[in-house]
Amino acid sequence: MTLLKLDSVSKRFRGLVAVDQVSFAVPQGAIFAVIGPNGAGKTTLFNMIAGAMAPDAGAIVFAGEAIHGLAADAVCRRGIARTFQLVRPFPALTVEDNVLIGALLHRHEVGAARVHAHALLARLDLLDKRQRIAATLTLPDRKRLEVARALATEPRLLLLDEVMAGLRPTETDRMVAILRALNRDSGLTILLIEHVMRAVMALASRVLVLDHGVAIAQGPPEEVVRDPTVVQSYLGAEAD
Amino acid sequence: MMVPRVAGAGRRSVLLLGALLAAFVAAPFFVNDYLLTVLILSLYFAYIGQAWNIMMGFAGQLSLGHAIYIGLAAYVAATLFTRLGIDPWIGFAAAIPVAAACGAVIGFLAFRFGVAGVYFAILTIAFAEFARIGFDNWNLVNASSGLFLPVTQYAHNDVWRLRGDPTMFYYVILAATAVAFVLCHLLLRSRIGYCWLAIREDEEAARAAGIDTFRYKMYAVTISAAVTSFAGVFYAFFYNNLFPEQVFGISRSIEIILGPIIGGVGTLFGPILGAFVLTGLAETLNFVISASGLDLPGATQVFYGVCLLVVMAALPDGVWPPLARRLGVSGDVK
Repeated sequence: MTLLKLDSVSKRFRGLVAVDQVSFAVPQGAIFAVIGPNGAGKTTLFNMIAGAMAPDAGAIVFAGEAIHGLAADAVCRRGIARTFQLVRPFPALTVEDNVLIGALLHRHEVGAARVHAHALLARLDLLDKRQRIAATLTLPDRKRLEVARALATEPRLLLLDEVMAGLRPTETDRMVAILRALNRDSGLTILLIEHVMRAVMALASRVLVLDHGVAIAQGPPEEVVRDPTVVQSYLGAEAD
Repeated sequence: MMVPRVAGAGRRSVLLLGALLAAFVAAPFFVNDYLLTVLILSLYFAYIGQAWNIMMGFAGQLSLGHAIYIGLAAYVAATLFTRLGIDPWIGFAAAIPVAAACGAVIGFLAFRFGVAGVYFAILTIAFAEFARIGFDNWNLVNASSGLFLPVTQYAHNDVWRLRGDPTMFYYVILAATAVAFVLCHLLLRSRIGYCWLAIREDEEAARAAGIDTFRYKMYAVTISAAVTSFAGVFYAFFYNNLFPEQVFGISRSIEIILGPIIGGVGTLFGPILGAFVLTGLAETLNFVISASGLDLPGATQVFYGVCLLVVMAALPDGVWPPLARRLGVSGDVK
């Protein structure tokens, strides 16, 4: 069953075509990766799915409902949660309160939201840091905090924008393990933008390659990395 | 499952608050008339600061025109009293929706059309100025010649009609400040408070977490305006005169925000502490100046400026958060 479907989605900024008629489908329960060089339009694509901006053309259908053009909070209420490329936890609030705010989406009582927040903090290895002010955390902790806050809204689809960027290999492996466990245990569908190929290969069952806003390849990761077009436009350049 | 940040901080906060409240209740028995007036003024600013803090400290929306809610409420209650003989508490009941509606209009225009940050602040100033000019030319409320409430000697204090001696006014504003404090405390711990904090911290991230930011910003501006309105009613019946220039002026709006900034924006105790520090020091300064026989018009304003500079430079979070840490109580900087 398809959870998220994009049909010829385009976005242009003034003259520049950031995303050009991109179509793909994310099956329920999948881990789907979007890769591509900087400026390929990956984050723009995410912003359109998450409701941060509306597409100029095309359709975005989530769980059978067209969601393109909805506001970000409306998209979140329908079950899509996101993280930001440059992490944006609520800086002056505690770790616990950050996650609690996410948990309030589907819980009216603050107490119940706090209980739920604790469960997620435990899951993301942040429980012992729950009284810390978010701004004082290290980057890997802040990244996991953003994931926890997003998960607290109980999404059916989790959008992760370069959640591995800036992490050391051990931290990356830790994040990979957490995400894989989430996907396995709760059937959470994950759509991630990622540069760290190590993580992509370990996680994704399907990969979409964007270059200059165009989807140049799509398929299982081991096929995509052998695709000559992909090697030339993206992976080859990285290998230098 | 509340986990206090510092062990015993909760109990210590309650003890501190209890002691403070007891001191405030007992104060009129120990101070002279002049000091009582200073205390009334301090509590008045503490109350307004608390109300303003809901918008700026909790929801992160900078209002530089809060005088409009004070002025509107003052005029509503005073006009009802002088023209129709309606008692101030009923006048207050009428002033709440007027102030809240005014806040809602300003909020709607700003939030619906994406007027944010500095532009929002300018919009709030503009509305306060509209009100000032409007009331300056509105004959029903005596325009620029001002509205006066009848002052007669009363045999006893009449809380219902807000007629009486300063001690009565002191207890009225003390009770109001206590109520506002408790209200803000409850708001901050509720769902609405957490949504406000999220918006203050990062509006886009708040929206991504599913918060309808427009709705919660509307709550902030209407609740803040409604709470502020009581200060207007109090002002009208305490001073017994209203001039558009005095109640709606931009300097009034600025005066309002100095207390919370000096005490600590976004904290529960900051607006109270700031109001007392500022009013207390300013009155001391006035006292010293007049005692030394000097004539220095504008000295208070210069003094406010210096206070602001010093606090901004030395304690950017305000006086309260570091003091709270020293006292071992929750600084409640969320």
